[in-house]
Amino acid sequence: MDDNTIVLEAAGLTKSYGTLRAVDGISFALRRGECAGLLGPNGAGKSTAIAMIMGHLTPDAGTVRIEGSPLSGDCDERKRRLGLVPQDLAIYEDLSARENLRFFGALYGLEGRHLAERMDAVLGIAGLRDRAGDRAGRYSGGMKRRLNLAAALLHDPQILLLDEPTVGVDPQSRNSIFEAIEALRAEGKTILYTTHYMEEVERLCHRAVIMDHGHIIADDTVAGLKARGFSGRRVVLETDASLTDSITEGISGIAGIQSVSVSGQRLEVETSDFMDAAPALLQHLRAQGIGVSHMETESASLEHAFLSLTGRTIRDS
Amino acid sequence: MKLRQLAAIISKDVRLFLNNRASVILTLVVPIAIASFFGYVFAPKSPSGGSGRMKLWVADLDGSAVSKEIVSRLTEDKSLRVSAHTEAETRQGIAAGEAPVAIVLPAGFGEKAGSSFFTPGEKPSVTLLVDPSRTMESGLAQGVLIQHAMAVIGRDVFSPGTGSKWIDQSMKTLDYVPGERGAATRELLASVKQWMQRESQAGASGGGGAPSGPAPAFSAPFETKVEPLTGNKNAVYNGYAHSFGGMSLQFILMFGIECAVLLLQDRKSGMWKRLRAAPVSRATVLTGRALSCALIAFVTMTICWGFAMVVCGVRVHGSWAGFILINAASALLAASFALMLAGIGRSVEATRGIAIFAVLILVMLGGAWVPSFIFPEWLQNITQFIPTRWAVDGMDGMTWRGLPFSTVVVPLLSLTGCIALFGVIAWWRFRWQGE
Repeated sequence: MDDNTIVLEAAGLTKSYGTLRAVDGISFALRRGECAGLLGPNGAGKSTAIAMIMGHLTPDAGTVRIEGSPLSGDCDERKRRLGLVPQDLAIYEDLSARENLRFFGALYGLEGRHLAERMDAVLGIAGLRDRAGDRAGRYSGGMKRRLNLAAALLHDPQILLLDEPTVGVDPQSRNSIFEAIEALRAEGKTILYTTHYMEEVERLCHRAVIMDHGHIIADDTVAGLKARGFSGRRVVLETDASLTDSITEGISGIAGIQSVSVSGQRLEVETSDFMDAAPALLQHLRAQGIGVSHMETESASLEHAFLSLTGRTIRDS
Repeated sequence: MKLRQLAAIISKDVRLFLNNRASVILTLVVPIAIASFFGYVFAPKSPSGGSGRMKLWVADLDGSAVSKEIVSRLTEDKSLRVSAHTEAETRQGIAAGEAPVAIVLPAGFGEKAGSSFFTPGEKPSVTLLVDPSRTMESGLAQGVLIQHAMAVIGRDVFSPGTGSKWIDQSMKTLDYVPGERGAATRELLASVKQWMQRESQAGASGGGGAPSGPAPAFSAPFETKVEPLTGNKNAVYNGYAHSFGGMSLQFILMFGIECAVLLLQDRKSGMWKRLRAAPVSRATVLTGRALSCALIAFVTMTICWGFAMVVCGVRVHGSWAGFILINAASALLAASFALMLAGIGRSVEATRGIAIFAVLILVMLGGAWVPSFIFPEWLQNITQFIPTRWAVDGMDGMTWRGLPFSTVVVPLLSLTGCIALFGVIAWWRFRWQGE
């Protein structure tokens, strides 16, 4: 983060559709250069929140401030500070990438040499320079997504709102999009990255705002949120015999073990201190005559944090 | 509203249109093809052109000199294409729709027609066999038959050679007519007979002053002269002018539906979010869309008219300014119609279906398919309130009717009002916040 200036602020945003309250009084702020993930399952209210921030939807209550004041009307020049990557592809498939960018550039008042330079720059970011003259309809899904991103970057916005930019993208293009976002983050852009993929937020963002059922249920750094699930590592073991209650109780008493879960011959243990707890756990099992056929460990993740906060995984939601 | 943004929207829409080959073909080629077909069907044919003559079948069951001459005169008539058949053939042919009308001259026609000319008697009955779907032609056939039959029979009964025979027969029937009426008729016929005898003697002696021309005959006491009247003495009716105007109007309205559908699709997609994210006013977005639609529609009309002028000989016999303005107004009508559809439409599918139905009704009642003068009067009165009628009438007025600019002012004002109304509805009903 470059400084502490708040560049985007949502306060008490509320939006209802009939009896359904899609967004219920959410508030958060982004500081300059911050990259925050807006995380939540499908239907959590993320896209509605983005639509209100962009001015596409009028909130029932609450305000949005860009650099300290609300947007005033369709032609507010501060819109140039914002770049939106919509969830749905927003490109004309019957136009080439270059023609698409020329059109979107003109909407932001770009022209001449400056437009040409910006087009070249964003085509480079999207990895589409070689195919810039081809119609977008002939692109792969991943290439279209990258063009979708490039169009949002064309006017060099300081604040980027990315609404699930990797939906339906192949791994190669997804990685390309990640690299582009990491480069933008390194340039000091302020980014609000909406997704329901926890691992994307973990990779890209400093901070995560977790939404569920229209509410913000957590807003913290990624590390802070992970710590809410558990602080150490998870150990998963497959044993060669079923585990009795007495064995399980013994495991619970081992120092550094936070929780124990048993299902047949599968044992899941969350540790606060993996290096101490893991040898003690294996020794305990050996002492009970239990062998281990398979063992794996995993770090605490936002998925665990979401599970801890809501009692369910994000994909169950 | 920023002109650069407006130009960008228009330019983008034109590119999208041109890049969509199917749309270009549908908008440009199809109306030309259909208009050419309608124009050919409805275009008046040259009097000497075979296809323009009415087909008439004749069965002469009499075979008398009178009936033969009537058939001969019918055959020479430039409005008819006559062919001789037996009665059975005519009945079969009319029933099968091979000809619209057939005339059956009965046996004894010549004899009975002469004897019943001066006095009531047994009139011969000529049968007109008619295709029930083509009753207009039967009226024409009846009129032409009466014209030629009266001429032939009239000459026959007043000819010195044959006329006295019919007079003698008629005078016998007057023996049974009592009173002054019978006496007066007998006196008239006697006088006619004396005139015939004098004519006959003069002809036989070859004396000076004797008539040498054909015998006098009853005929229509006047001649008719057909004078096609338009607003410009050089203007001639060209059926292609109406069909090209009507079809191009129909297809630009259809194109308007596609513009509306694109706008609806944009509104439901991320494109609308991207457009709204940019510092662009709503007026610019809608005006840009409307102008691009109007521009493409106007170019479409220009190309259609260009084809009509170069290939089909259509000419602007009225005011060129009026012609251009009525076409421009029609293009703007299509554009405002598109905006209104996008404003009130919910789903793409439903909007397209209802809009196509609406356009077909509008162009049908507007006289774009067939001229509105063939509608019943009550329907013609209703169509006075339909914008397509104003457009079609305006185009007809400026092309084949050759009317002056002043006649297109009212249609232009009416269309302008309609464009404004559609625009207001679009602005009022348009859901800016997307779906």
